[in-house]
Formats: sequence, C-alpha cells, structure tokens
Amino acid sequence: MSSLRRLRSFAGSVAIAIALTGCATTSTRTASEVDPWEPMNRGLYQVHEALDKLILKPAVTVYTAVTPQPLRTGVSNFFNNIDDAFSGINGVLQGKPQKAGDDFGRVLTNTFFGLGGFIDVAGSAGIERGNEDFGQTLAVWGVPQGPYLFIPLLGPSTVRDASGTAVRIYLGPVGDIHDVGWRNAVYIVNVIDARYQAGDALDVVTTAALDKYTFIRNAYLQRRRYLIYDGKVPPEQEDKQ
Amino acid sequence: MKHVTTIVSRTAALLALAMFATVALAQEAPDALVKGVSQEVLQLIRSDPQIQAGNQQRIREVIETKLVPNFDFQRMTALAMGRNWRSATPEQQKRLVDEFRTLLVRTYSGALNQYRDEKIDYKPLRMNPSDTDVVVHTLVMKSGGSPITMDYSMEKTPTGWKAYDVTVGGVSLVTTYRDEFNNTVQTSGVDGLIKALADKNRGVAK
Repeated sequence: MSSLRRLRSFAGSVAIAIALTGCATTSTRTASEVDPWEPMNRGLYQVHEALDKLILKPAVTVYTAVTPQPLRTGVSNFFNNIDDAFSGINGVLQGKPQKAGDDFGRVLTNTFFGLGGFIDVAGSAGIERGNEDFGQTLAVWGVPQGPYLFIPLLGPSTVRDASGTAVRIYLGPVGDIHDVGWRNAVYIVNVIDARYQAGDALDVVTTAALDKYTFIRNAYLQRRRYLIYDGKVPPEQEDKQ
Repeated sequence: MKHVTTIVSRTAALLALAMFATVALAQEAPDALVKGVSQEVLQLIRSDPQIQAGNQQRIREVIETKLVPNFDFQRMTALAMGRNWRSATPEQQKRLVDEFRTLLVRTYSGALNQYRDEKIDYKPLRMNPSDTDVVVHTLVMKSGGSPITMDYSMEKTPTGWKAYDVTVGGVSLVTTYRDEFNNTVQTSGVDGLIKALADKNRGVAK
C-alpha cells in the first residue's frame, strides 16, 4: 500500500514541524497558552459563522427537502464507513489491535453486506465505531497538541489535529477520484452531510454559551483529550476542583 | 473530516439530556435515581402532546419539577467559577447561582424536544455504603448515531443525592463554562459576569 508510505513521510515531517513550534502539554494551561492565535482564530470563526449561515445551513435545508430520509441516512453511513476504515488504520498505528479489528470488521461487513457502506449493518449488530483518527495517533506518538486552530467549514481543531486532518484528506479516497467535477461533488456532499449530521445541535450552543467561541474551544479540547485517552483520562489531567 | 464538525455540536446537544433527574426519595441510591428520573422524563417527552407540540411553558414546567430538584446548582456554579468563587460576596454568589440556573434551564428547554428515540444503557454502580461522592455512568444510544457516554457526578446531601456535574462524551458541563466565566470576570469583574448572564437570560443580544 503506497498510501502507507506516503503517510509515514508526511506524518514524519508534520511531527517535526509541530515539535519545532514547541508547546508543552500540561493540563493547567491558561487560555492564552492553549490558544496563542486567538485574535486570528476569532476572525476565522466569524468567517465560519458567516459561511454557515449563508451557505451551509441553506444547503442543508435544500438537501433535506429534496432527499428522502433513508437516502440521507445512507449518505451519512457511506462517509462514516470510510472514516471507520481510517479509524482501523489508526487503531493499528496506535497499537490497539482489538479496536482496529472491530473497525475493519465493521468496514468489511458494511461494504459487502451493506451496499458499499450505505447501510450500517455492523451498527445494528452492536459493533461500535472506533472513533480513532490521525490527530489522536499523533498524540499517542507524543506529538504535542500545538496551538488551537479554528478552520472555517471544518470547525475547531489544533495544529496537531489539523495535521491529522491533512493526512486524512491527502490519503483520500475522495482525492483519488480523477474526474474533477465528480471529486468536487463528493467533497461538497461530504461537507453538507457533516453539517446535516450536526443538525440543530449547534443552536443549543447559541442558547448555552455566553461566548460561543470560548465555549466551543473548551468543549472541543475536552472531547479530544477524552478520545486520545479512550475515555480513561488520567486524574491529574482533569481540572475538577 | 466530518468528525471535526460534529464532535462539539453533538456533545452540546447531548448536554441537554444531562438534566434527566427527578424528585427522589431522600436516600435512593444514585444510580437508581438517575435511571428513574431519566426514564420518567423520556417517557414524558414521548407521550406528552403539549411537549411534542413544542409548548415551552410545559417543557419548562417539566424541567423545573422533575430535573431541577436533583441538581446542586450552588456547587455547579462554584465549580464553574473556580477560584473566582471565593472573591464573590455571598450576595453576588446568590445572584450567580440564580442566573446560571436560569441559563441552564433555558438551554435545556430549547433542547429537550430533540430527545425522543434515545435509549439509555445504565451501567451498574459499584460503591461503598460510606461513599458520598460518586460518578454514575450511562450510555446514550440514538438510532443511527454513535452511542455516547453520559456520566453524572453526584454527591450525597442531607436531602438526597444531587448531581453537580454532567460529562457528555468526555466534555464536562462545568468545565466548559469555566473559561467563559473566568474571561468575563477578568475583563469586567464578578458584577460583569452577573450582568452578562442576566442579559443572556433576558435575550439581550451580546
């Protein structure tokens, strides 16, 4: 698999790049240490909000209007199935054979018995999704988190997670579609599906948060820490008082 | 790439389910309490025609009577305030608790309707009779979505077990508010935070 070789060299250079920006990962860091680029990030967040309101939300409204529910679920399953394959790869890279096995089992089942991933047969059988990704793999390999980063359309991230996302996009498979029109169409459906899956949940943040930007940043970083440790965050990493 | 956009949003929505807890018998075990309240409220959401029609007053009533009594808002507010809590006067503390409580009730009122087809798996709780602080673990399964953990941090009080934090998929409710509260106190003081919460609750645009 040449992809793996590509991945290795890519991940290597990413790791070096992040190591050079040098950022210690301790739990009791202040907001300015976690988010040194806050002024820029707030700007990018505003861009994201505007794009969401002007493009994504209307697109999801149209998407919901013109497609039946089973098709939308199928589309979500299809993209989730590709994510599950990458989750399996990352399970291997993190030395978690059992989790990786579950993920590959999911992918095989859904691909061959679920119409190429459109039906989540494995989910109905109770096989949980692994939720591993390249950002978590970099963390397990000891790459520091790096500064927080807000990416319009993709959402909250960090330099480490964005590196993982870059690896993920680089490896495809959507990027391997040769026809540019088709490739862009799949990217667009992917983004619309992601926003569709998020649903009205973002409205809850609007009601809950004094400052949505801070609220999202905080929730995101907690969630990532939880995923990196597979739910077993060491006690000293929690900052409950 | 979709996980990046959905993590925070899904978590935030599920925080809404967080308030599932009710008026309990004084010494009911914490895990039994969580289960009883969750099931009662889910049952209400599914069957009450007024809630299904989106009647905000009825929804708020359910939250006030079924959920609110099982939360320790004083402790939640103190935890979210962190070290700033001690710098607030008792009068300021009382107003903070009131406003934070109102904010959470408002948030859940808006979100409650999203929960209908969830199934909740209640993990058995292993605790000693002398324990006064426990975490009740549950797993929320939404049809067509990945299951997500929802853990209730609970303490024993003279009036029964009360929840003082809810952690959804690793995201703690009080921790999520801590930076926001701290930022506001840094820039405009405790009174500034009270005002910000009050403005938010009265729907004044920020």
